[in-house]
Parts: sequence; structure tokens; C-alpha cells
Amino acid sequence: MTLPADPRPGLWRQAFRARSLILGALLSLVFLAAALLSFLWTPYDVAALDIAAKLRPPGAAHWLGTDHFGRDVLSMIMVGARTSIAVAVVAVGIGVGLGVPLGLAAAARRGGWLDELIMRANDLVFAFPSLVIAILITAVFGPGAVNAILAIGIFNVPVFARLTRGAALSLWKRDFILAARVAGKGATRISAEHILPNLANLLIVQGTIQFSLGILAEAGLSYVGLGAQPPTPSWGRMLAESQTMISFAPWLALMPGMAIVLTVLGLNLMGDGLRDLLDPRLRRQR
Amino acid sequence: MLRYALRRLLSLAVSLVVASLVIFLVIEVIPGDPASYMLGINAQPDTVAALRSELGLDVSKTARYLAWVGGMLHGDFGTSYTYRTEVAEMIGERMWISLPLALYALTLSTLIAFPAGILAASRRGSATDLGVMGVTQLGVAVPNFWFAMLMVLLFAVKLRWVSAGGFPGWENGFWPALRALTLPAIALALPQASILTRVMRSSLLDTLSEDFIRTARAKGLNRRQALWRHALRNALIPVLTIIGLQFSFLMAGAIIIEQVFFLPGIGRLIFQSISSRDLIVVESVVMLLVFAVIVVNFAVDLAYAWVDPRLRR
Repeated sequence: MTLPADPRPGLWRQAFRARSLILGALLSLVFLAAALLSFLWTPYDVAALDIAAKLRPPGAAHWLGTDHFGRDVLSMIMVGARTSIAVAVVAVGIGVGLGVPLGLAAAARRGGWLDELIMRANDLVFAFPSLVIAILITAVFGPGAVNAILAIGIFNVPVFARLTRGAALSLWKRDFILAARVAGKGATRISAEHILPNLANLLIVQGTIQFSLGILAEAGLSYVGLGAQPPTPSWGRMLAESQTMISFAPWLALMPGMAIVLTVLGLNLMGDGLRDLLDPRLRRQR
Repeated sequence: MLRYALRRLLSLAVSLVVASLVIFLVIEVIPGDPASYMLGINAQPDTVAALRSELGLDVSKTARYLAWVGGMLHGDFGTSYTYRTEVAEMIGERMWISLPLALYALTLSTLIAFPAGILAASRRGSATDLGVMGVTQLGVAVPNFWFAMLMVLLFAVKLRWVSAGGFPGWENGFWPALRALTLPAIALALPQASILTRVMRSSLLDTLSEDFIRTARAKGLNRRQALWRHALRNALIPVLTIIGLQFSFLMAGAIIIEQVFFLPGIGRLIFQSISSRDLIVVESVVMLLVFAVIVVNFAVDLAYAWVDPRLRR
């Protein structure tokens, strides 16, 4: 095992990174566009059953084939993208909306009881994986997309709270914050005017990562029946329904799975690329 | 170290109490009357009353909470309403599938991630490194249950090497049981191995750029010796933490993977209980899962502090 003799190791990597940002952004945009387009147009009506055309493999009339009710798989994937993206976006929104203020407050009162309380509460929520939160909520309120959003969103809160607190703590030690304090600004104003804008890059990158994790989690939850319910198409439930038909209609399992993989891959590549672009200090470690 | 351990133990106890309170509140207080919830809207009033007294709902909420927690401390998790059997017994049976599955996956993930991470870090920037990173990028993006379905399609449907699912039971021999758990464990291990490879690689790269590695090189070790003798051991600390944390994801992941392979584990139990509104089972299984996560994290914290004394703040 030897290291390359190239005096500029990582040059390839850098070139690859920039390309990965573009590729990732393109992939993500394709699925966002598909989701938006599905509001206006889909190749076929997803609610329309066409038993005569059931279980058609991918072909000219149905690009990605049809399911056991003759529904068009491409159309279902387009509408399913809507569900996935909506759940993930709102779940990230919950995480940012609650987690960031909590993290800022904890950092502003570092070492105090509020900091301790927020961090211990965070530890506690971390002990509940989103699947377990979803199980709890579903056991009482029944399954549905809203419960999936809540479960993933609650799980996101400590993620953002910890990230915000950690980064804010190091900012509080910097000179420009000291200057703001000397100028007589209070902790709340400093957090809002000086700390938060400096965290924006970090939050965007983490937001992208949680967004892709949210799509994976939503797929998992709807696969086990804790997410979106029929007739709302969702990628996870399409996979669950395809399972009994996998031996004679494998495309039913392949297509929605590919949709998940490509979306998540796109978001992850975009997140990595954004991190390099927005935070060059992290480049060394990667 | 002892003081640190005691402080962590106290916080472990507090976490467990608060977690149990949260679970109790969600399951037994929010739905209003659990008895009528469990029996559905068409239940006769006398049936509801009978279940109420059977569940001990005629006493105060505080007394019920204390009875539930006290029971669990003695290994009594209550009686399933649907199956009329001890919940502890039901969990015990199914744990023998879910726990080995999670541990099997953890072992596989570690066995894959260590060599892959070390290889990528020692050839940083090379085509090998890019290849490994590309594969892990894909591994992180693939939902494990979908990967599991693809493996069923390939190995069970097309090649007919293994059966598509089910579990023969440990009593029918160790190897058939292990065989039944192999595909599920591989599916479960894939994303975790990808994450672990990335952590291993970046931790090793960090360590390799430290001063003590330069010292080791200065005294005449070549890169390879410096990596194996000095860098690896130091790089392992964050990796071990991640392995500990992954356990909770593996337990949760096992619940989903069990559905793909029709394994009668904890996952099956919990979904059956949800659909039959058997709240007592749901409550106890959730508490057990959360207990496992909290205790494993506690153990990881202790191990971490033991290895790195600076953390015993």
C-alpha cells in the first residue's frame, strides 16, 4: 500500500467533486420537475384501472410498464415523487424550525441549565429512531403520511439542534461576536444577526443530507404500512405491493426502487458538492 | 473514571425514566380510554368494562404507570390482549431472531468497512479510493429493504440457491438458521458498511496528518508501518463510536427487513400488534427497543471515555 507520487493528490477528486455537484443537482431537479409536472400532467391517470393492460412489461405504450391493476408505473412514480418530496421537505422544515432555535438558545446560554436541559432532551429524542416514533404515533392515531412527516420531523430536531449548538459555540468565541457584545447587543440579537447568518452554509448542507435521509425513511415507513395510505401513490408502498409479484413482474420492484436510489444519490452528491463549495475548510478531511 | 461512570449511570437512569413516561403518556393517556380504543367503536359497554378492570384501568394513571414500570423491572411485561399470552414470553421468542440478525449485520458491516476504509485512506486520491467512495455513495442511497428484494429476486427466484424467506428456528440446527438470516443480514449491513467505510477512511486520513505520524516517519518507519502501527489504533476511536450508534439503526432496520423475508421477529410482532390494536404489546416492545438504544449508547460512552481519558469531563 503506497500513497500516489502525485504532488497534488486530490486533484482528480476535486474535478470529480465539481462534476458530482452538477450531476447531483441535475438528478434532484429531474425528480422535482417530475413531481411538479405530475400536478398538471401524467402519461396516464393514476387512479384509472385498465385490467386489459395489466402487468405489461416496459414498452412503447407504457415506458415503465403497468401494475396488476393496469395502472401506469411511470405515472405512479411521478405522483409518488410528490409524496416523498412533500414528506421530506416538511420533515426537514420541522427539524430546522425547532432544532435551530433550540441550538442557538443552548449556545447562547452555554453551560447554563437551559443548555443542559435542551441537550439532555436531545439525547432522549435520539434514543427514539424515527421508525420507533412512527410506531408509537401509528399505534394511537393510525397510519398516514402526516404521521410519517411527524416521525421523521421529530427525529430531525436533535440533529439540527446539535449541529447548530456545536457550530454556534465556536462562533461565540470569535472576535466579531465580542465586538457585537461590546456594542451592547443582547444574546438574542447576536444569535439572530451574527451567529445564524454564519451557520447558513452548514445548515444548507445538513438540510440536503436530512432531505435525502427523509426520502429513504419515508420509503421505509410506507413500505411497512406506516406511511402514506392508498390511494395516495408512494414509492415505498409500490415496493411493498410489488413483492408478491416479483417473480413474474420484476419491473414493478425495479422501477420505484431506482427512483428512490437516483433521488437519494442526487441529493447526496449535491450535498457533498455544496459542502466543498460553501465550506472549503472541510475539503481536507474528505 | 469511576465518577464519570457514576454520572453517566445517573443520566442513563433519568433517560430511562423519562423515556418510559413519554411512551406511557403516548400509549395510555392520549387515546383517552385504551380499553375502548382496543376494542373498537362497536364494542359492548360490558366488554369494555371487563377489559378496563382486566387492564387495571380502574386505578389512577400514576398507579398504572408505577405498576407497568414495576412489572417490567421484574420481567413482567403484562399479558397480550389478542394472544392471551405473556408479552415477555412473546418478546423473548422473537428476540432470538431480531437480535442475532442485528448482530450478524453489525459483524458483516464491520468486516466489510475496515479493509475498504483502510484501503481507500492508504491510497487517497487514487482510482481505488474513488472507486471505494463511489460504491459507498451508492450504498448509502440504496434502501436496504429494496436491496433485500433484489437479492430475493436474484438468489431465490432466478438462481434458486436459497428459499425466499421464512425461518426454520434455532432448534432445527445452527446452520440452517444462520443460512436463513444471511440474506437479511447482508441487506441490513450494506448501508451501514458504506457509512462505516466513509468514517473509517476520513478518521484514518485525519490521524495520518497528525504530528505523531510525522515523528514515526522521521524515526524511519515507512508509510505502511506508520499506518498499521500508529495511525490505525488512534483512528479506531471514532469508528467504534459509530459502530455502537449503528446498533440502534440495525435494530430498527431489522424490523423492516424482517417484513421482506417473512421472518417472525420483533418487527412482525409489532406490526401485528398495531393492526390488532394490542397496545400493551406495542408499549412494551417500544420500551424495550428504546432501552436497548439507551443502554448501548451508555456502553459506547463508557468505552470511549476508557480509551480516551480526555473525555472524562
